[in-house]
Amino acid sequence: MSFVTRGFGGRSRDRDERLPPGQTLVHDFPVLSAGPTPEVDTAEWSFTIVTEAGTHRWSWDEFQALPAEDIATDIHCVTHWSKLGTSWRGVSLDTLFEDVESQFDYVMAHSFGGYTTNVPLDELLDGQAWIATEFDGEPLDPEHGGPARLLVPHLYFWKSAKWVRSLVMMPRDDPGFWEQNGYHIHGDPWQEERYW
Amino acid sequence: MDHLDGNALAGPLADYFTFDVTAATARCNGCGEVAEFARALVFTSPAGTVVRCATCEHVLATLVEAGERAWLGFSGVSAIEVRRA
Ligand SMILES: [Zn+2]
Repeated sequence: MSFVTRGFGGRSRDRDERLPPGQTLVHDFPVLSAGPTPEVDTAEWSFTIVTEAGTHRWSWDEFQALPAEDIATDIHCVTHWSKLGTSWRGVSLDTLFEDVESQFDYVMAHSFGGYTTNVPLDELLDGQAWIATEFDGEPLDPEHGGPARLLVPHLYFWKSAKWVRSLVMMPRDDPGFWEQNGYHIHGDPWQEERYW
Repeated sequence: MDHLDGNALAGPLADYFTFDVTAATARCNGCGEVAEFARALVFTSPAGTVVRCATCEHVLATLVEAGERAWLGFSGVSAIEVRRA
C-alpha cells in the first residue's frame, strides 16, 4: 500500500518540466465560453488578413488548398490547467503572411461572435502560430472553436481565439476582449502573465 | 479646471455598489435598449463572467475574479441607473 502526500518532501523534483508555474495537468479538454457558440457554415466562412493597404481573403476551399501542417504542442489555460502533447492540423501563419506587407507590428484577432484578442506579429511568425482546423484528427468542433481557430500555444490559451475570422494589423498593441477586462496584455505562461 | 485624483471615487462607488446591481437598469451600447441587469444573459466560464444584452447579445459587462482581485468591466453600457430609496 502506498500513498502520496502533496507538498511533502521532495515532490518538486518530480514536477513535470513541461508545466509552467501554477499549472495543473488535465487529460480532458475543458471548454471556456464567454458567449453563445457561433455555428459557422464553411460555405459562408472566409478568413481575412487586413492591413493598411487592403484585405487578403481566403474562402474555405481556398484555405483547404493551402499547405497544412501537423502540430504537436502543449497548451496552457490561464485558469490553471495544462494539457500536454495535443495534436492539431492547420495552416502556419508564415504561409498566410507570405504575401502580406504591413508597416504595423501588432495584430488583433477577430472571431465570429465578436471576441477579440491582441498578439504582436513577431509572436505569430517563425513557426509559432497556426490557423487550426483539426484536433485529434477530426474537424474542429464548434465548441472548441471550429471550423477554425487561432493556435498560439506559447501564450495562454485565451489568445488562441476560437471561431477566428480575421487578423487585423494595427500600429499599437491595443487590448482585446479579456485584455481590456483584467487579463494580461501579453499572456506568457512561463512568466505567469495572467492579469494586469 | 481642477480635478480630484482617483482615490476620491472610492467613497462614492462603495456607496453605489451597496445597491442590488440586478435591480439597476442600464442602456446597451449595442442596440440602445434600457433594461434591468436581472434581464441580461449571463455567461459564466472559469475565465470570467460575461453579461450580455438580452435583446442583441452585445457584451454589457464583465467580471473577472482572481483571489483577492476582481475586475468589473462595464464597457458595453452607456450609463447605469440606480434607484435610491
Ligand atoms: Zn443590446
